[in-house]
Amino acid sequence: MKTYTASIIVSLRRAILDVQGKAVENALHSLHMQGMANVRIGKHIELDVLAPDIDTARSTVEEACAKLLANPVMEDVRIDIAEKAVGASA
Amino acid sequence: MKIGVVTFPGSNCNADAEFGATITGNTAVRLWHKDTALPSGLDAVILPGGFSYGDYLRTGAIARFSPIMQSVIAFANDGGIVFGICNGFQILCESGLLPGALIRNEGLSFVCKDVYLRVERTDSPFTRALTVGSVLRIPIAHGEGRFTAPADVINEIEGNNQVLYRYATSDGSIVAEANPNGSINNIAGITNARGNVMGMMPHPERASDPLLGSTDGVSVFASLALELSSR
Repeated sequence: MKTYTASIIVSLRRAILDVQGKAVENALHSLHMQGMANVRIGKHIELDVLAPDIDTARSTVEEACAKLLANPVMEDVRIDIAEKAVGASA
Repeated sequence: MKIGVVTFPGSNCNADAEFGATITGNTAVRLWHKDTALPSGLDAVILPGGFSYGDYLRTGAIARFSPIMQSVIAFANDGGIVFGICNGFQILCESGLLPGALIRNEGLSFVCKDVYLRVERTDSPFTRALTVGSVLRIPIAHGEGRFTAPADVINEIEGNNQVLYRYATSDGSIVAEANPNGSINNIAGITNARGNVMGMMPHPERASDPLLGSTDGVSVFASLALELSSR
């Protein structure tokens, strides 16, 4: 078994108006920040998972996302997964 | 009739919901989130408002996995009457007992005020004592009450007449100005396709005594009582 670290980004589905993102976008514009648009605010979840290989680790994390970490009715998820570097702190 | 009211860590309308359940002559039974079974002979379950589990992750997301919810889900799937108010509505959506989801209000603020609701159907256990088109004045108090769902799900909800209450003006017009949170189609309360589960963001229990400024919420509990006595 190996330890994998998953980095999960949860954001509102594109079809849903992200009012928080919109408010931040307006604030950026009021700061005269040029050329910034489509601000989306989401959540970042990090976790370690013990699995025999990376594919199993990924499917375990996908299941966790589908059941609890995200709500597919309103959210999309993006999962990055990699073997935890040796010597990395717990 | 016995109506169970669940208390989760962070529930804050459980006592009010118990009061609402009893004003129509029913008995309220206190249920605890760690209970694994519902008491025998229970006729309905209310999931009250509040901030269960601190609204961590998403509103209602953790409560959905509490021990009692497994029994509540089985009770609902068996045809039992389940009524979610505010956070209870959010829990029902997270549980999959109701379609859609409740997300951050369009205006980003927590909104606590009286709103007007138009009654859309009266053939439901939750609206039996009302008349179609009548308008109720009931308070809301939420930060995540914007009802949303993919377009095909909204079409299904509307096609099946699952909307029981919509945000309206005092004369019953469904307009954007009467929508306090940006809910699609001014949806304030829906039922499942089968009709035995209902969730609404407004708080009828907070409008159930003259001292509270409105008694319009009584008719919601009276509907429930009427349904239970006819079963």
